[in-house]
Amino acid sequence: MKLPTPPIPKALKPKPARPGSGSSSNGHANGGGNGRIHDLRPGTSDGAGNGGPPSKKSPGIDRAKLKEQAVEVPIGAAAWLDERSGVSPLVRGMLYRKVPRGTNWFYTLGSATMFAFVSQAVTGVFLAMYYNPAPTEAYESITRISNELFLGEFVRGMHKWGATVMIILIFLHMARTFFFGAYKYPRELNWVIGVVLLVLTLAMGLTGYLLPFDQRGFWATVVAVNINASGPVMGPYLADFLRGGSEFTATTLSRFYAIHMLLIPGLIAALIGAHLYLVAKLGTTAPPWLKAEKAKALTKEEV
Amino acid sequence: MNNREKEDYLKDYSILKGEGKSFFPYAVAKDGGMAVITMLVIIAMTLALGAELGPKADATTTSFSPRPEWYFFFLFELLRVVKPPELTFVATIGIPTICLVLLLMLPFFDRGPERNPLKRPIATLAGITTIAAMAYLTILGARAGSPTEIELAAVGQEDGKRATASSGCLGCHRIGENGNEIGPELTEVGARLPRQAIARTLVNPTAPMPSYAQLQKQDPEKFQDMVDFLASLK
Repeated sequence: MKLPTPPIPKALKPKPARPGSGSSSNGHANGGGNGRIHDLRPGTSDGAGNGGPPSKKSPGIDRAKLKEQAVEVPIGAAAWLDERSGVSPLVRGMLYRKVPRGTNWFYTLGSATMFAFVSQAVTGVFLAMYYNPAPTEAYESITRISNELFLGEFVRGMHKWGATVMIILIFLHMARTFFFGAYKYPRELNWVIGVVLLVLTLAMGLTGYLLPFDQRGFWATVVAVNINASGPVMGPYLADFLRGGSEFTATTLSRFYAIHMLLIPGLIAALIGAHLYLVAKLGTTAPPWLKAEKAKALTKEEV
Repeated sequence: MNNREKEDYLKDYSILKGEGKSFFPYAVAKDGGMAVITMLVIIAMTLALGAELGPKADATTTSFSPRPEWYFFFLFELLRVVKPPELTFVATIGIPTICLVLLLMLPFFDRGPERNPLKRPIATLAGITTIAAMAYLTILGARAGSPTEIELAAVGQEDGKRATASSGCLGCHRIGENGNEIGPELTEVGARLPRQAIARTLVNPTAPMPSYAQLQKQDPEKFQDMVDFLASLK
């Protein structure tokens, strides 16, 4: 039995010789791209290589060849990555997918929510560098961030108000989805993921409120956990898990900190990935008041 | 939606999609514009409102007001709307859980093929009502002050009055003209409960009220003053 020989990937095929390559300093190599990827090089004009002919006194350095190598690097890197990951069809599919006509500014609310999340993640990382989740230190470290660090209060303010903006955006995004009927077939699963993301975002607000360890946050959290405890069946267990015991202790703060900066953000990031995958796969919804005309449908189908 | 409606939808959608523009650069440009606006709003709010930090948390002495972030006001206010204490858990857990399940299951009970909000009056009205109710409760929550003073003519109870004011009872309870109405009113609590019952409730309260056992341990005198004051309210 004879197995067919697999085709050689284009990237591995020997490249055709570049016209004009050789000792010429005017390395004018626009013709010989490797076919797979667009020639990303800035137009190598005649003037670009006019540093004079390569110096005969230093035979070890061929300037034209060096320049060509430098130009080849980004193309080579992209091709190298693509050959190993096969990611470029995915990226192309994501970027050049069609968005139905009639989409308007309401359709940017989801991406804006994601952007607010990224902003929260970045400012959160910087806050985590200086925050100390010990009951005796937490408040002091927040004061230090606010009063002593360069731009410390600004970053903390951005984290605080970013949370508000993210909550507003996520509710607006949900309202858009609801009123446009965008949760209907075939996007039911994406609605469910979105609701889970909403709950997780609210949980971020709740766990983050305790971290500055001031009076408001502390007592609001005590009450919130007590509310949890009043729930049937799971309530008391959930409250004990949140507190790290039956009392509000030192463990509680570090527990809230871990939930706030590791557990929930990880879940949110993963679910945003799933959310986006489904959006790309199923497509952005068309505005509900648009209907494709039947006549058009027929001609289109025949074509 | 039956199979034919599903097919119709997919066909219509693919035509509308075909008439559209590519995601990059058209939608990306809009999204980018929105991202810039989002950033500017966050920065503007930061510069205008700053990042306030209240006094340090203290589990014993306190003039606390257990107020959540504004986006939880609507949940907080539910407690105020539902008065009888036996039904507290309906407000704290019951209603929010039911709402959440309804929200999560929405695409599974609302399965009609119509998407235009004007042609789905029930869904649209329900959505508007929900938003209006949440907005109303949020505004109520924002308006509710958190007083730290008691203006009640109880004679000779200055210490107890101060202890009560600084322990945050008014965050949830009304005494005379002051306080919130989340918990039961305390204006005449002395007529309803004997001293010992008041003390017992403070140490071992029903959720969501925080316990004052710490205060009793660390500052028994203040705790006693508070119990005396509350018992004198008749």
